[in-house]
Amino acid sequence: MWFFKVPEFYFGEDALSQLTLLNGKRAFIVTDPGIVQLGFVDKVRELLETAAFQIAVFAEVEPNPSLQTVRRGAQAMLDFQPDWIIGLGGGSSMDAAKAMWILYERPDIQPDAINPFDELGLRQKARLLCIPTTAGTGSEANYGIVLTDTEEKRKLTLGTREATPDMAIVDPFFTAHLPRQITADTGIDVLTHAIEAYTCNWANDFTDGLCLQAARMVFTYLPRAVASGAADMEAREKMANAATIAGMTLGNSQVALAHALGHSAGAIFKEIPHGRITAIFLPLTIEYIGNGNNGRYLDIARAIGIPAEDEATAATLLAQAVRNLLREIGQPTNLHEAGVDKQAFEDALPLMCEHVEVDANTIMSPRIPDMTEIEQLFRYAYHGQTVDF
Amino acid sequence: MGIPFGTDEWIQALHNELNNSDAYRKAAEKWEGDFYFVVDNGDGNPTYLYLDLWHGQSREACFVQDPSEKSPEFILSGPLDTWRKIVEKKLDPIRALMTRQLKLKGNMMKIMKVPKAATELVECCTRIDTEWPE
Repeated sequence: MWFFKVPEFYFGEDALSQLTLLNGKRAFIVTDPGIVQLGFVDKVRELLETAAFQIAVFAEVEPNPSLQTVRRGAQAMLDFQPDWIIGLGGGSSMDAAKAMWILYERPDIQPDAINPFDELGLRQKARLLCIPTTAGTGSEANYGIVLTDTEEKRKLTLGTREATPDMAIVDPFFTAHLPRQITADTGIDVLTHAIEAYTCNWANDFTDGLCLQAARMVFTYLPRAVASGAADMEAREKMANAATIAGMTLGNSQVALAHALGHSAGAIFKEIPHGRITAIFLPLTIEYIGNGNNGRYLDIARAIGIPAEDEATAATLLAQAVRNLLREIGQPTNLHEAGVDKQAFEDALPLMCEHVEVDANTIMSPRIPDMTEIEQLFRYAYHGQTVDF
Repeated sequence: MGIPFGTDEWIQALHNELNNSDAYRKAAEKWEGDFYFVVDNGDGNPTYLYLDLWHGQSREACFVQDPSEKSPEFILSGPLDTWRKIVEKKLDPIRALMTRQLKLKGNMMKIMKVPKAATELVECCTRIDTEWPE
Protein backbone atom coordinates (compact mmCIF):
# COMPACT_ATOMS: atom_id res chain seq x y z
CA MET A 1 0.00 0.00 0.00
CA TRP A 2 1.17 3.49 -0.80
CA PHE A 3 -0.32 6.90 -1.49
CA PHE A 4 -0.17 9.71 -4.03
CA LYS A 5 -0.80 13.14 -2.59
CA VAL A 6 -0.66 16.42 -4.53
CA PRO A 7 -2.25 19.89 -4.31
CA GLU A 8 -4.82 21.39 -6.64
CA PHE A 9 -2.81 23.11 -9.39
CA TYR A 10 -3.41 26.19 -11.49
CA PHE A 11 -0.70 26.61 -14.11
CA GLY A 12 0.18 28.57 -17.23
CA GLU A 13 -0.14 32.19 -18.26
CA ASP A 14 -2.47 34.21 -15.98
CA ALA A 15 -2.82 31.36 -13.49
CA LEU A 16 -2.19 33.95 -10.79
CA SER A 17 -5.62 35.48 -11.44
CA GLN A 18 -7.00 32.49 -9.53
CA LEU A 19 -6.15 34.51 -6.41
CA THR A 20 -9.14 36.75 -7.06
CA LEU A 21 -11.40 33.73 -6.62
CA LEU A 22 -9.88 32.58 -3.35
CA ASN A 23 -12.35 32.21 -0.47
CA GLY A 24 -11.12 33.59 2.82
CA LYS A 25 -10.56 36.71 4.89
CA ARG A 26 -7.02 36.97 6.14
CA ALA A 27 -3.94 35.99 4.15
CA PHE A 28 -0.43 35.74 5.58
CA ILE A 29 2.32 35.91 2.96
CA VAL A 30 5.65 34.25 3.75
CA THR A 31 8.44 35.43 1.51
CA ASP A 32 11.92 36.97 1.35
CA PRO A 33 13.14 40.56 0.89
CA GLY A 34 14.16 39.96 -2.73
CA ILE A 35 10.63 38.98 -3.69
CA VAL A 36 9.33 42.18 -2.09
CA GLN A 37 11.83 44.24 -4.08
CA LEU A 38 10.82 42.59 -7.32
CA GLY A 39 7.26 43.77 -6.76
CA PHE A 40 5.86 40.23 -6.58
CA VAL A 41 4.37 40.74 -3.13
CA ASP A 42 2.55 43.84 -4.37
CA LYS A 43 1.21 41.89 -7.34
CA VAL A 44 -0.13 39.13 -5.08
CA ARG A 45 -1.45 41.66 -2.57
CA GLU A 46 -3.33 43.54 -5.31
CA LEU A 47 -5.12 40.38 -6.47
CA LEU A 48 -5.93 39.27 -2.93
CA GLU A 49 -7.33 42.70 -2.13
CA THR A 50 -9.67 42.29 -5.10
CA ALA A 51 -11.00 39.29 -3.18
CA ALA A 52 -11.34 41.51 -0.05
CA PHE A 53 -8.52 39.87 1.90
CA GLN A 54 -6.72 41.50 4.81
CA ILE A 55 -3.04 40.81 4.36
CA ALA A 56 0.08 40.46 6.50
CA VAL A 57 3.55 39.89 5.11
CA PHE A 58 6.51 38.14 6.72
CA ALA A 59 9.44 38.90 4.41
CA GLU A 60 12.32 37.69 6.55
CA VAL A 61 12.98 34.25 5.10
CA GLU A 62 16.66 33.73 4.42
CA PRO A 63 18.20 31.15 2.05
CA ASN A 64 18.28 27.81 3.93
CA PRO A 65 15.76 29.02 6.53
CA SER A 66 16.63 28.38 10.13
CA LEU A 67 14.53 26.99 12.96
CA GLN A 68 14.68 30.43 14.58
CA THR A 69 13.17 32.16 11.52
CA VAL A 70 10.40 29.57 11.44
CA ARG A 71 9.58 30.16 15.10
CA ARG A 72 9.49 33.94 14.52
CA GLY A 73 7.17 33.62 11.54
CA ALA A 74 4.86 31.26 13.42
CA GLN A 75 4.56 33.80 16.21
CA ALA A 76 3.64 36.49 13.68
CA MET A 77 0.94 34.16 12.33
CA LEU A 78 -0.42 33.58 15.82
CA ASP A 79 -0.67 37.35 16.22
CA PHE A 80 -2.43 37.86 12.86
CA GLN A 81 -4.67 34.74 12.85
CA PRO A 82 -4.81 34.14 9.08
CA ASP A 83 -7.10 31.65 7.32
CA TRP A 84 -4.77 31.34 4.32
CA ILE A 85 -0.99 30.98 4.41
CA ILE A 86 0.73 31.91 1.17
CA GLY A 87 4.27 30.73 0.54
CA LEU A 88 5.62 33.02 -2.16
CA GLY A 89 9.16 32.56 -3.44
CA GLY A 90 11.66 29.79 -3.94
CA GLY A 91 11.98 26.63 -1.91
CA SER A 92 13.16 28.49 1.19
CA SER A 93 10.04 30.66 1.42
CA MET A 94 7.65 27.82 0.64
CA ASP A 95 9.33 25.41 3.06
CA ALA A 96 9.38 28.09 5.76
CA ALA A 97 5.68 28.78 5.10
CA LYS A 98 4.86 25.10 5.59
CA ALA A 99 6.80 24.89 8.85
CA MET A 100 5.41 28.19 10.20
CA TRP A 101 1.88 27.07 9.30
CA ILE A 102 2.36 23.80 11.19
CA LEU A 103 3.56 25.68 14.28
CA TYR A 104 0.68 28.14 13.92
CA GLU A 105 -1.75 25.23 13.89
CA ARG A 106 0.17 23.27 16.52
CA PRO A 107 2.13 25.67 18.79
CA ASP A 108 2.72 22.73 21.12
CA ILE A 109 5.25 21.02 18.84
CA GLN A 110 8.84 21.82 17.94
CA PRO A 111 9.76 22.35 14.26
CA ASP A 112 12.34 19.56 14.29
CA ALA A 113 9.62 17.15 15.44
CA ILE A 114 7.60 17.50 12.22
CA ASN A 115 7.47 13.96 10.88
CA PRO A 116 5.37 11.93 8.46
CA PHE A 117 4.20 9.42 11.08
CA ASP A 118 2.22 11.46 13.58
CA GLU A 119 -1.18 12.90 12.78
CA LEU A 120 -1.03 16.65 13.38
CA GLY A 121 -4.64 17.63 12.63
CA LEU A 122 -3.76 20.65 10.47
CA ARG A 123 -6.29 22.90 8.70
CA GLN A 124 -8.17 23.85 11.84
CA LYS A 125 -7.08 27.47 11.40
CA ALA A 126 -5.80 27.95 7.87
CA ARG A 127 -4.99 26.41 4.51
CA LEU A 128 -1.79 26.62 2.52
CA LEU A 129 -1.24 28.04 -0.95
CA CYS A 130 2.19 28.03 -2.58
CA ILE A 131 3.33 30.21 -5.45
CA PRO A 132 6.81 29.41 -6.78
CA THR A 133 8.85 32.28 -8.18
CA THR A 134 11.65 30.02 -9.39
CA ALA A 135 11.46 26.88 -11.51
CA GLY A 136 13.26 24.22 -9.56
CA THR A 137 12.45 23.33 -6.02
CA GLY A 138 9.01 21.83 -6.61
CA SER A 139 8.19 22.53 -2.98
CA GLU A 140 4.77 23.81 -4.08
CA ALA A 141 3.84 20.27 -5.09
CA ASN A 142 4.77 18.24 -2.03
CA TYR A 143 5.03 18.08 1.74
CA GLY A 144 8.80 18.21 2.10
CA ILE A 145 10.35 20.84 4.34
CA VAL A 146 14.08 21.51 4.48
CA LEU A 147 15.25 23.68 7.36
CA THR A 148 18.69 24.35 8.76
CA ASP A 149 19.74 23.77 12.33
CA THR A 150 22.32 26.53 12.57
CA GLU A 151 23.67 25.22 15.88
CA GLU A 152 24.38 21.69 14.58
CA LYS A 153 25.25 22.97 11.08
CA ARG A 154 22.87 20.41 9.69
CA LYS A 155 19.99 20.47 7.23
CA LEU A 156 16.83 18.91 8.57
CA THR A 157 14.68 17.06 6.06
CA LEU A 158 11.22 17.16 7.59
CA GLY A 159 7.67 16.68 6.44
CA THR A 160 4.20 15.44 7.02
CA ARG A 161 1.72 14.49 4.33
CA GLU A 162 -0.69 16.99 5.88
CA ALA A 163 1.71 19.78 4.88
CA THR A 164 1.03 19.23 1.18
CA PRO A 165 -0.28 22.62 0.01
CA ASP A 166 -3.99 22.81 -0.66
CA MET A 167 -3.31 24.75 -3.80
CA ALA A 168 -0.36 25.76 -5.95
CA ILE A 169 -0.24 28.44 -8.62
CA VAL A 170 2.48 27.99 -11.23
CA ASP A 171 2.56 31.11 -13.35
CA PRO A 172 5.50 31.75 -15.72
CA PHE A 173 5.08 35.47 -15.02
CA PHE A 174 7.31 35.00 -11.96
CA THR A 175 10.16 33.22 -13.73
CA ALA A 176 10.16 35.26 -16.95
CA HIS A 177 12.94 37.58 -15.81
CA LEU A 178 14.75 35.20 -13.49
CA PRO A 179 18.50 35.89 -13.75
CA ARG A 180 20.49 33.43 -15.81
CA GLN A 181 22.41 32.04 -12.82
CA ILE A 182 19.28 31.42 -10.75
CA THR A 183 17.58 29.85 -13.76
CA ALA A 184 20.46 27.39 -14.01
CA ASP A 185 20.79 26.77 -10.26
CA THR A 186 17.11 26.04 -9.79
CA GLY A 187 16.42 24.40 -13.14
CA ILE A 188 19.08 21.73 -12.71
CA ASP A 189 17.46 20.76 -9.41
CA VAL A 190 14.44 19.59 -11.41
CA LEU A 191 16.62 17.01 -13.15
CA THR A 192 18.09 15.77 -9.85
CA HIS A 193 14.56 15.36 -8.47
CA ALA A 194 13.34 13.53 -11.55
CA ILE A 195 16.28 11.12 -11.83
CA GLU A 196 16.44 10.33 -8.12
CA ALA A 197 12.68 9.87 -7.76
CA TYR A 198 12.75 7.45 -10.70
CA THR A 199 15.65 5.38 -9.41
CA CYS A 200 15.19 5.41 -5.62
CA ASN A 201 13.78 2.58 -3.53
CA TRP A 202 10.36 4.22 -3.29
CA ALA A 203 9.82 4.74 -7.02
CA ASN A 204 6.34 3.66 -8.04
CA ASP A 205 3.93 3.48 -10.97
CA PHE A 206 2.25 6.76 -10.08
CA THR A 207 5.46 8.80 -10.15
CA ASP A 208 7.49 7.05 -12.87
CA GLY A 209 5.82 8.80 -15.78
CA LEU A 210 6.13 12.20 -14.11
CA CYS A 211 9.86 11.65 -13.58
CA LEU A 212 10.51 10.73 -17.20
CA GLN A 213 8.47 13.67 -18.50
CA ALA A 214 10.25 16.12 -16.19
CA ALA A 215 13.69 14.80 -17.19
CA ARG A 216 12.77 15.09 -20.87
CA MET A 217 11.57 18.68 -20.38
CA VAL A 218 14.77 19.72 -18.56
CA PHE A 219 17.06 18.45 -21.30
CA THR A 220 14.90 20.21 -23.92
CA TYR A 221 14.02 23.50 -22.24
CA LEU A 222 16.59 24.33 -19.55
CA PRO A 223 19.38 25.31 -21.98
CA ARG A 224 16.88 27.50 -23.82
CA ALA A 225 15.59 29.12 -20.63
CA VAL A 226 19.16 29.85 -19.50
CA ALA A 227 20.26 31.16 -22.89
CA SER A 228 17.23 33.24 -23.82
CA GLY A 229 15.47 34.19 -20.60
CA ALA A 230 12.25 36.12 -21.09
CA ALA A 231 12.72 36.05 -24.85
CA ASP A 232 11.73 32.39 -24.82
CA MET A 233 8.54 32.23 -22.81
CA GLU A 234 7.78 28.73 -24.04
CA ALA A 235 10.97 27.50 -22.36
CA ARG A 236 10.15 29.49 -19.22
CA GLU A 237 6.68 28.03 -18.96
CA LYS A 238 7.84 24.50 -19.69
CA MET A 239 10.55 24.74 -17.01
CA ALA A 240 8.05 26.11 -14.48
CA ASN A 241 5.79 23.16 -15.23
CA ALA A 242 8.67 20.66 -15.20
CA ALA A 243 9.68 21.86 -11.74
CA THR A 244 6.19 21.27 -10.40
CA ILE A 245 5.86 17.91 -12.17
CA ALA A 246 9.14 16.73 -10.63
CA GLY A 247 8.04 18.26 -7.33
CA MET A 248 4.99 16.00 -7.34
CA THR A 249 7.25 12.97 -7.31
CA LEU A 250 8.90 13.97 -4.03
CA GLY A 251 7.12 12.56 -1.04
CA ASN A 252 5.16 10.25 -3.31
CA SER A 253 8.50 8.79 -4.30
CA GLN A 254 11.70 10.20 -2.79
CA VAL A 255 15.10 11.65 -3.51
CA ALA A 256 18.19 9.75 -2.59
CA LEU A 257 21.97 9.80 -2.45
CA ALA A 258 22.71 12.94 -4.50
CA HIS A 259 20.45 14.85 -2.12
CA ALA A 260 22.04 13.32 0.97
CA LEU A 261 25.48 14.35 -0.30
CA GLY A 262 24.20 17.74 -1.46
CA HIS A 263 22.45 18.51 1.81
CA SER A 264 25.52 17.58 3.83
CA ALA A 265 27.87 19.68 1.73
CA GLY A 266 25.32 22.50 1.40
CA ALA A 267 24.94 22.81 5.16
CA ILE A 268 28.68 23.59 5.38
CA PHE A 269 29.26 25.52 2.15
CA LYS A 270 26.14 27.63 2.45
CA GLU A 271 27.19 30.07 -0.25
CA ILE A 272 26.54 27.40 -2.91
CA PRO A 273 22.83 27.13 -3.75
CA HIS A 274 21.08 23.81 -3.16
CA GLY A 275 20.41 23.02 -6.82
CA ARG A 276 23.97 23.74 -7.87
CA ILE A 277 25.70 21.71 -5.18
CA THR A 278 23.30 18.76 -5.38
CA ALA A 279 23.64 18.54 -9.16
CA ILE A 280 27.41 18.19 -8.80
CA PHE A 281 26.75 14.88 -7.05
CA LEU A 282 24.12 13.66 -9.52
CA PRO A 283 26.43 12.21 -12.21
CA LEU A 284 28.62 10.63 -9.52
CA THR A 285 25.69 8.87 -7.89
CA ILE A 286 24.42 7.69 -11.29
CA GLU A 287 27.84 6.12 -11.91
CA TYR A 288 28.09 4.71 -8.37
CA ILE A 289 24.63 3.12 -8.53
CA GLY A 290 25.19 2.00 -12.12
CA ASN A 291 28.49 0.35 -11.14
CA GLY A 292 26.59 -1.70 -8.57
CA ASN A 293 24.11 -2.67 -11.28
CA ASN A 294 21.30 -1.23 -9.17
CA GLY A 295 19.91 1.48 -11.42
CA ARG A 296 16.93 2.06 -13.71
CA TYR A 297 18.81 4.40 -15.98
CA LEU A 298 17.99 2.73 -19.28
CA ASP A 299 14.43 4.13 -19.24
CA ILE A 300 15.70 7.64 -18.50
CA ALA A 301 18.38 7.42 -21.16
CA ARG A 302 15.80 6.35 -23.74
CA ALA A 303 13.39 9.09 -22.63
CA ILE A 304 15.97 11.75 -23.39
CA GLY A 305 17.15 10.14 -26.60
CA ILE A 306 20.40 8.51 -25.48
CA PRO A 307 20.99 5.37 -27.56
CA ALA A 308 21.86 2.96 -24.73
CA GLU A 309 21.27 -0.78 -24.97
CA ASP A 310 21.84 -1.87 -21.40
CA GLU A 311 21.84 -0.50 -17.85
CA ALA A 312 25.63 -0.18 -17.51
CA THR A 313 25.98 1.82 -20.72
CA ALA A 314 22.89 3.87 -19.86
CA ALA A 315 24.36 4.91 -16.49
CA THR A 316 27.67 5.91 -18.08
CA LEU A 317 26.05 7.85 -20.91
CA LEU A 318 23.45 9.48 -18.68
CA ALA A 319 26.12 10.69 -16.24
CA GLN A 320 28.01 12.09 -19.22
CA ALA A 321 24.84 13.79 -20.54
CA VAL A 322 24.24 15.38 -17.13
CA ARG A 323 27.83 16.71 -17.03
CA ASN A 324 27.42 18.06 -20.57
CA LEU A 325 24.17 19.77 -19.56
CA LEU A 326 25.86 21.30 -16.51
CA ARG A 327 28.59 22.73 -18.74
CA GLU A 328 26.07 23.97 -21.31
CA ILE A 329 24.19 25.98 -18.69
CA GLY A 330 27.38 27.24 -17.05
CA GLN A 331 27.24 25.16 -13.88
CA PRO A 332 30.26 23.67 -12.10
CA THR A 333 30.79 19.93 -12.45
CA ASN A 334 32.86 19.60 -9.28
CA LEU A 335 33.23 21.19 -5.86
CA HIS A 336 36.55 22.82 -6.77
CA GLU A 337 34.90 24.63 -9.69
CA ALA A 338 32.05 25.59 -7.36
CA GLY A 339 34.56 27.53 -5.29
CA VAL A 340 35.07 25.18 -2.36
CA ASP A 341 38.47 25.75 -0.77
CA LYS A 342 40.54 22.55 -0.50
CA GLN A 343 41.45 23.01 3.14
CA ALA A 344 37.89 23.91 4.10
CA PHE A 345 36.77 20.78 2.26
CA GLU A 346 39.25 18.58 4.14
CA ASP A 347 38.24 20.15 7.45
CA ALA A 348 34.54 19.58 6.77
CA LEU A 349 34.89 16.07 5.32
CA PRO A 350 34.39 14.02 8.52
CA LEU A 351 31.26 15.97 9.49
CA MET A 352 29.83 15.80 5.97
CA CYS A 353 30.38 12.03 5.86
CA GLU A 354 28.73 11.61 9.24
CA HIS A 355 25.69 13.58 8.10
CA VAL A 356 25.33 11.57 4.89
CA GLU A 357 25.35 8.36 6.88
CA VAL A 358 22.39 9.47 9.01
CA ASP A 359 20.50 11.30 6.25
CA ALA A 360 17.15 9.62 5.58
CA ASN A 361 17.70 10.10 1.84
CA THR A 362 20.76 7.84 1.91
CA ILE A 363 18.75 4.69 2.55
CA MET A 364 16.50 5.56 -0.37
CA SER A 365 19.41 4.82 -2.68
CA PRO A 366 19.30 1.44 -4.41
CA ARG A 367 23.00 1.17 -3.54
CA ILE A 368 23.97 2.43 -0.09
CA PRO A 369 27.57 3.51 0.44
CA ASP A 370 29.50 2.75 3.61
CA MET A 371 31.61 5.43 5.28
CA THR A 372 34.66 4.71 3.12
CA GLU A 373 32.61 5.03 -0.06
CA ILE A 374 30.88 8.20 1.18
CA GLU A 375 34.29 9.78 1.70
CA GLN A 376 35.39 8.60 -1.74
CA LEU A 377 32.27 10.08 -3.33
CA PHE A 378 33.05 13.44 -1.71
CA ARG A 379 36.67 13.30 -2.87
CA TYR A 380 35.64 12.37 -6.41
CA ALA A 381 33.10 15.21 -6.32
CA TYR A 382 35.80 17.64 -5.27
CA HIS A 383 37.92 16.88 -8.32
CA GLY A 384 35.10 15.89 -10.70
CA GLN A 385 36.36 12.37 -11.29
CA THR A 386 34.36 9.60 -12.89
CA VAL A 387 33.27 7.09 -10.24
CA ASP A 388 35.08 3.78 -10.74
CA PHE A 389 33.92 1.85 -7.68
CA MET B 1 11.77 -26.48 10.29
CA GLY B 2 11.94 -22.75 10.97
CA ILE B 3 11.63 -20.80 14.20
CA PRO B 4 8.04 -19.77 14.96
CA PHE B 5 7.59 -15.99 14.78
CA GLY B 6 6.56 -14.24 17.99
CA THR B 7 8.29 -16.71 20.31
CA ASP B 8 11.15 -16.34 22.76
CA GLU B 9 13.24 -18.52 20.45
CA TRP B 10 12.63 -16.14 17.55
CA ILE B 11 13.58 -12.96 19.41
CA GLN B 12 16.67 -14.77 20.75
CA ALA B 13 17.56 -15.64 17.16
CA LEU B 14 17.28 -11.95 16.26
CA HIS B 15 19.44 -11.08 19.28
CA ASN B 16 22.14 -13.44 17.96
CA GLU B 17 21.88 -12.15 14.39
CA LEU B 18 22.23 -8.55 15.58
CA ASN B 19 25.26 -9.35 17.70
CA ASN B 20 26.89 -11.15 14.78
CA SER B 21 26.26 -8.35 12.30
CA ASP B 22 29.11 -5.93 11.65
CA ALA B 23 26.81 -3.86 9.45
CA TYR B 24 24.26 -3.46 12.25
CA ARG B 25 26.96 -2.72 14.82
CA LYS B 26 28.36 0.08 12.65
CA ALA B 27 24.95 1.50 11.70
CA ALA B 28 23.67 1.54 15.29
CA GLU B 29 26.84 2.40 17.17
CA LYS B 30 25.23 5.56 18.58
CA TRP B 31 21.85 4.02 19.33
CA GLU B 32 20.55 3.63 22.89
CA GLY B 33 16.97 2.46 23.34
CA ASP B 34 14.74 -0.54 24.00
CA PHE B 35 11.59 -1.73 22.26
CA TYR B 36 8.44 -3.70 22.57
CA PHE B 37 7.48 -5.23 19.24
CA VAL B 38 3.77 -5.83 19.65
CA VAL B 39 2.15 -8.32 17.30
CA ASP B 40 -1.61 -8.11 16.94
CA ASN B 41 -2.62 -11.71 16.24
CA GLY B 42 -6.24 -10.78 15.66
CA ASP B 43 -7.44 -12.76 18.68
CA GLY B 44 -7.27 -10.04 21.32
CA ASN B 45 -4.07 -11.52 22.75
CA PRO B 46 -1.16 -9.57 21.32
CA THR B 47 2.38 -10.92 21.51
CA TYR B 48 5.06 -8.78 23.19
CA LEU B 49 8.70 -9.18 22.20
CA TYR B 50 11.28 -7.14 24.10
CA LEU B 51 14.57 -6.01 22.58
CA ASP B 52 17.14 -3.78 24.27
CA LEU B 53 19.54 -2.23 21.77
CA TRP B 54 22.65 -0.46 22.97
CA HIS B 55 25.50 0.92 20.85
CA GLY B 56 25.24 -1.60 18.05
CA GLN B 57 24.57 -4.58 20.28
CA SER B 58 21.50 -6.36 21.58
CA ARG B 59 21.76 -6.42 25.38
CA GLU B 60 18.60 -8.37 26.08
CA ALA B 61 15.86 -10.03 24.09
CA CYS B 62 12.88 -11.98 25.35
CA PHE B 63 9.25 -12.91 24.92
CA VAL B 64 7.18 -11.07 27.52
CA GLN B 65 4.04 -12.58 28.98
CA ASP B 66 2.98 -9.53 30.96
CA PRO B 67 3.66 -6.19 29.20
CA SER B 68 3.91 -4.39 32.54
CA GLU B 69 7.17 -6.30 33.15
CA LYS B 70 9.16 -3.75 31.14
CA SER B 71 8.85 -0.07 30.31
CA PRO B 72 10.61 0.28 26.97
CA GLU B 73 11.30 3.65 25.38
CA PHE B 74 9.61 2.57 22.12
CA ILE B 75 6.55 0.48 21.36
CA LEU B 76 6.12 -0.61 17.77
CA SER B 77 2.84 -2.37 17.06
CA GLY B 78 1.01 -3.80 14.10
CA PRO B 79 -0.91 -6.78 12.80
CA LEU B 80 0.84 -10.09 12.18
CA ASP B 81 0.52 -9.69 8.39
CA THR B 82 2.35 -6.36 8.53
CA TRP B 83 5.17 -7.83 10.63
CA ARG B 84 5.47 -10.71 8.19
CA LYS B 85 5.79 -8.33 5.22
CA ILE B 86 8.49 -6.36 7.07
CA VAL B 87 10.47 -9.41 8.16
CA GLU B 88 10.29 -10.81 4.63
CA LYS B 89 11.43 -7.40 3.26
CA LYS B 90 8.24 -6.95 1.28
CA LEU B 91 7.36 -3.79 3.19
CA ASP B 92 9.72 -1.00 4.19
CA PRO B 93 9.14 -0.30 7.92
CA ILE B 94 9.28 3.46 7.32
CA ARG B 95 6.54 3.15 4.69
CA ALA B 96 4.58 0.95 7.08
CA LEU B 97 4.76 3.75 9.64
CA MET B 98 3.82 6.41 7.07
CA THR B 99 0.74 4.49 6.01
CA ARG B 100 -0.15 3.73 9.65
CA GLN B 101 0.12 -0.02 9.08
CA LEU B 102 2.62 0.07 11.91
CA LYS B 103 2.27 2.38 14.90
CA LEU B 104 5.03 3.78 17.05
CA LYS B 105 4.94 5.16 20.56
CA GLY B 106 8.14 6.98 21.44
CA ASN B 107 10.37 9.72 20.12
CA MET B 108 10.17 9.38 16.35
CA MET B 109 12.92 11.93 15.81
CA LYS B 110 15.39 9.73 17.65
CA ILE B 111 14.61 6.87 15.29
CA MET B 112 14.74 9.09 12.21
CA LYS B 113 18.36 9.89 13.03
CA VAL B 114 19.40 6.26 12.54
CA PRO B 115 17.62 5.14 9.36
CA LYS B 116 20.43 2.79 8.41
CA ALA B 117 20.24 0.98 11.75
CA ALA B 118 16.56 0.25 11.07
CA THR B 119 17.47 -1.09 7.64
CA GLU B 120 20.19 -3.34 9.06
CA LEU B 121 17.86 -4.59 11.80
CA VAL B 122 15.42 -5.72 9.12
CA GLU B 123 18.31 -7.37 7.27
CA CYS B 124 19.03 -9.37 10.43
CA CYS B 125 15.35 -10.41 10.63
CA THR B 126 15.45 -11.72 7.07
CA ARG B 127 18.32 -14.04 7.98
CA ILE B 128 16.19 -15.91 10.52
CA ASP B 129 14.50 -18.99 9.13
CA THR B 130 11.04 -17.95 10.28
CA GLU B 131 7.97 -20.11 10.47
CA TRP B 132 4.68 -18.26 10.19
CA PRO B 133 1.32 -19.33 11.55
CA GLU B 134 -1.12 -20.60 8.91
